[in-house]
Amino acid sequence: MRFDSALGLEARKGPVATTGKVLIYGLMVVIFTGPLVGLLVSAFTKTLDPTSFTLWPDDVTLENFIQAGEKNVYLYLLNSFIVVGFGLLLQMLVSVFAAYSLARKRFRGMTFVLLLMLTTMMLPEEIIAIPLSLVLADMPLLHVNLIGTYAGMILPVGAWGFSILVMTEFMKEVPVELEEAARIDGAGELRIFATIILPLCRPALGVIGVFGFTMIWDQYLLPLIVAPESSMWTLPIALRSLRSDEEVGIGILLAASLLALLPSIIAFLAFQRQFMRGLTSGAIKG
Amino acid sequence: MTTTLTQAPGHTAAPHRRARRAWWQGSLVAWLFLAPALLLFLYFKFIPMVLGLWKSFHEVHYISDTWVGLDNYKTILTDSEFASAIGHSVVLALGTTLGSLVLGLGFALLIEGPARYLWFVRTAAFLPVVTTMAAVAEVWRIMFHPADSGMLNTIIGWVGIDPQPWLASEHSSLWSIMLMSIWRGTPYDMMIFLAGLVGVDRTLYEAAAVDGASTWRRLRHITVPALRSVFWILFTLAAIRGLRVFVEVYVLTNGGPNGSSEVLMTLVYKLGFQSNDLGVASAGGIVLFLATLVLTVVAQVLRRRQAE
Repeated sequence: MRFDSALGLEARKGPVATTGKVLIYGLMVVIFTGPLVGLLVSAFTKTLDPTSFTLWPDDVTLENFIQAGEKNVYLYLLNSFIVVGFGLLLQMLVSVFAAYSLARKRFRGMTFVLLLMLTTMMLPEEIIAIPLSLVLADMPLLHVNLIGTYAGMILPVGAWGFSILVMTEFMKEVPVELEEAARIDGAGELRIFATIILPLCRPALGVIGVFGFTMIWDQYLLPLIVAPESSMWTLPIALRSLRSDEEVGIGILLAASLLALLPSIIAFLAFQRQFMRGLTSGAIKG
Repeated sequence: MTTTLTQAPGHTAAPHRRARRAWWQGSLVAWLFLAPALLLFLYFKFIPMVLGLWKSFHEVHYISDTWVGLDNYKTILTDSEFASAIGHSVVLALGTTLGSLVLGLGFALLIEGPARYLWFVRTAAFLPVVTTMAAVAEVWRIMFHPADSGMLNTIIGWVGIDPQPWLASEHSSLWSIMLMSIWRGTPYDMMIFLAGLVGVDRTLYEAAAVDGASTWRRLRHITVPALRSVFWILFTLAAIRGLRVFVEVYVLTNGGPNGSSEVLMTLVYKLGFQSNDLGVASAGGIVLFLATLVLTVVAQVLRRRQAE
């Protein structure tokens, strides 16, 4: 007898076992994807009862998405993409630079820096939301007001301890010999970084890319603080304002919710391997 | 590091100085590469933290702050609104954490294995984790509709349960939020447990089978002990996440009806941005931080003790 799993369910054959398995797995899929499928179908359905979802497409239409345009949903979507685009670019750059230093250099104060990174990860952003709003309104020394700007939503997500640490772990694995050889050939620091270390860390870039994307896309409290004007809203925080509309029903809300959900689901499905890799490395080690 | 190694030994003073300069240069480069991260952390994490601590001891006005000592903390710890909000946060955190852990472990055991269809089930079940909280909460808000034709009411009607008011009642609002949080937290725990299950020694299972141990005993004495450290990590992560909960509550009920689902963060948010009482709001943040810290330390201690 072989044991590939603790329960050994897979080894069990026969009609009873098979029916049981189909039921269990079917139920799991329904429970966890049901609400999302309901949203997908309902968003494309014309007449909508505000109390419930339609689970079977009957009157397929794009009308909810067309009406959503009149409620500025696409503007909010654009804002979300601007924030996630620049935010992710900044976050990844900052992470690879910091990781290069932490993984490939030895210097006094390194333990302290690592400790600082861990502190930021232990510190839920909700805790500092109130004072962060004060800092954003009047940046110390610079005296710039970032409230109501894209920069106010982008810069705070620029440095993320998780990304830096994941990247550091990967960079440690690049053999020192490669770096030494390049150094003997007279390559400078930036050249080594860009032509040797970075290309070898491509899989890690996928990991921090997909995690960073979902993290920034899911930001709620930060845009809530930074964007008092509706023209700056990102899609997640705009959703609340779309539901109270009496005349339009829940169609627009559903269309907008679907648009808010799809990008991170697509990112996850496209980068599944990297996602799982980051998930386990982050949770088990950290 | 590498530059010092390439210096040829045997020369006396000059190489030594050169080595030192190289070391300094290496350090400088290291700090330069770290600078962007440190600067961003300084501005958006550390300064706000210190500022929050400072404000928590003050009554905050537009022009100047007045020192009030521990008054803000006293307000938080004696005010009944805060007391119930903290209570709700703890109940929500504990319920969500335990619910997700138990269900996560159960599901992980059920779908462990290399088969292709299990991979599909895993992927599908994992979707709630990557979804945007605000959007998912809107979906659940609709499913929770208290009318008889509401989606969840229809479903529980199939098994003969009467329609429930869900979010609309003071008695069930917090539990309803917990239900959604468990739905979203379970697949995450499931995935981490699955990763932990991979590490369980297969020969132990075979040995147990040879000895005639039942499935239950195999689980109890081999599988569960092997997952112990994973369990504690998940417990700590989930409990912290539970305590700081904001978006779920803000979107689903905004603390209502009648404060029955108000949690610490929604109250802090209201105080800070709607009543402009920044001193008390900051103190609320600090209390949350301390709770998080205590929880982490306790979990670590329990984990150590159990490992001995």
